[in-house]
Amino acid sequence: MARIESEVGTHSNAFMKWIDDRFPFTATMKYHVTEYYASKNFNWWYIFGVLAMVVLVMQLLTGIFLTMNYKPAATEAFASVEYIMRDVEWGWLIRYMHSTGASFFFIVVYLHMFRAMLYGSYQKPRELIWIIGMLIFFCLFAEAFAGYLLPWGQMSYWGAQVIISLFGAIPFVGEALVELIRGDYAISDITLNRFFAFHVILIPLLLVGLVFVHIVALHHVGSNNPDGVEIKDRKGPDGVPLDGIAFHPYHTSKDLVGIIVFLMIFSSVVFFAPDMGGFFLEHANFEPANTMATPEHIAPVWYFTPFYAILRAVPDKLWGAALMAGSVLLPAFLPWLDRSRVKSIRYRGWIYKSALGVFVVSFVMLGWLGLQPADGIYVTLARIFSILYFAFFVFMPYYTTIDKTKPVPDRVVYHG
Amino acid sequence: MTDDVDRNRRHFLTVATAVTGGAGIVAAAIPFLSSLKPSARAQALGAPVEVPIGSLEPGEMVRVMWRGRLVYILRRDEEMLSRLNKTTDLLRDPDSAEVEQQPEFAVNQYRSLKPAYLVLEGSCTHLGCAPLAQFDVGPADDWFGGFFCPCHGSRFDLAGRVYKGVPAPKNLRVPPYRFVREDVIMIGAESGAA
Repeated sequence: MARIESEVGTHSNAFMKWIDDRFPFTATMKYHVTEYYASKNFNWWYIFGVLAMVVLVMQLLTGIFLTMNYKPAATEAFASVEYIMRDVEWGWLIRYMHSTGASFFFIVVYLHMFRAMLYGSYQKPRELIWIIGMLIFFCLFAEAFAGYLLPWGQMSYWGAQVIISLFGAIPFVGEALVELIRGDYAISDITLNRFFAFHVILIPLLLVGLVFVHIVALHHVGSNNPDGVEIKDRKGPDGVPLDGIAFHPYHTSKDLVGIIVFLMIFSSVVFFAPDMGGFFLEHANFEPANTMATPEHIAPVWYFTPFYAILRAVPDKLWGAALMAGSVLLPAFLPWLDRSRVKSIRYRGWIYKSALGVFVVSFVMLGWLGLQPADGIYVTLARIFSILYFAFFVFMPYYTTIDKTKPVPDRVVYHG
Repeated sequence: MTDDVDRNRRHFLTVATAVTGGAGIVAAAIPFLSSLKPSARAQALGAPVEVPIGSLEPGEMVRVMWRGRLVYILRRDEEMLSRLNKTTDLLRDPDSAEVEQQPEFAVNQYRSLKPAYLVLEGSCTHLGCAPLAQFDVGPADDWFGGFFCPCHGSRFDLAGRVYKGVPAPKNLRVPPYRFVREDVIMIGAESGAA
């Protein structure tokens, strides 16, 4: 901070000085943007953080405009969504951006988290960044779940029925808790009304707050890099890390290219495949909620299916719910489960590389199995991959200890 | 200066302030949390409903809503009732020992007031999906007709009793009900006037 204070005197004009005497604008910009040094060997895995920000902003903006026409009441909700789609000028675009944005949020965040696993970004001293990130992930789950009830379609209703009932598996307080969440003896207008409040006020506020804290923590410690080298350990005479370059204009201009490519893909989906063959918008949800009949085949949206498959793999209510909760919570403990001396996959041995490979295959397979009916071979497969999923975390303290690592260089290196 | 400070007194005041403030926060939280409970209107909507069953054919089932919950009324014939003997060994709770799952009058093999009429909440005890009616026998060797939950594959027999080895832990719930007349069932009340 001392360095920043000393430079505050150099003002281009009187107006900025007036501001800076009252609010640390220039100092904040330097600290977080123009003099925030991130490693110069970032690869494309490092684009997903900024993309997550882009999607967050897009969801907030489209969401605000949707609330101007949406009605959170059981008798009107479904019709008001159709009203947005047909009668509101460009309403279809705003709504499809929002629904597609939800799926892309998860695509981007899953890849962002995988990046952290590739390069050990959760390891010391970045444990808190990871924990805050996991809290963001949980909020995102809650946000997506609450939002999915709002169109009041068949999947909205029965999906919420299943997920809310999960809390009923908690011993002793379960049933009372379920009633408190629904605010009624069944999912009703009252439930829809409060989920609207959660979706547009409570969780977005938490999300934005957590994202802010996530970035403050990141900028305090400094970004990791594909080599897992601490660039702050090697500084030049000017106090700048030798392997670091300023976030702006260097990383920002590169990120802009990534954002453009991302928006090209995103727009293609919005314009040509907004329901993505039932993956982003489930077909059963084009039918209004019918409290008398569950759809023949019920599956959550794709981003929940890996955990849903674990729930279904267990033939017991309490254990199913407990293991599903465990599968969501376990990654939060990665900083302490991973005992490796090195961060990056580049310098890890074959054991971790194989384990990570098995984990990725298990996660993808569980995601696919969660979409399939719950019988026969699918249940058997779901059990196998659930065990592999948990094994990745549970045995991590052991196999990362015995894994043979390569020496880590002092400075970042370039590969091709 | 430090010598003038009565540390014990300061500590006491700090703790007392924190405890008082904490109690205030807890007290203030009560109205907010209570507002999340089912409101007076939601409770009032839980009134009993009358369902005419005179036109129900043997093997036929109707779905009605009570308290926002789905209720099935199935008229079983003699043949269907006889199948309840075949499932006994396949069930988790064949004798309806779980007291919360039915009123006392339904603690019998048929789980009903009159053997023919089965009244069940159509909400799977696993995660609340509406089980499908599959009253025919087979094709599986151990299937003698009953209810199948499409969400997670839980199975129940023709009295709503849960099979072993499925995710649902308990039998389907029997709501309180009574016969107002021979051909009218009132759901939500075991006794009292209509």
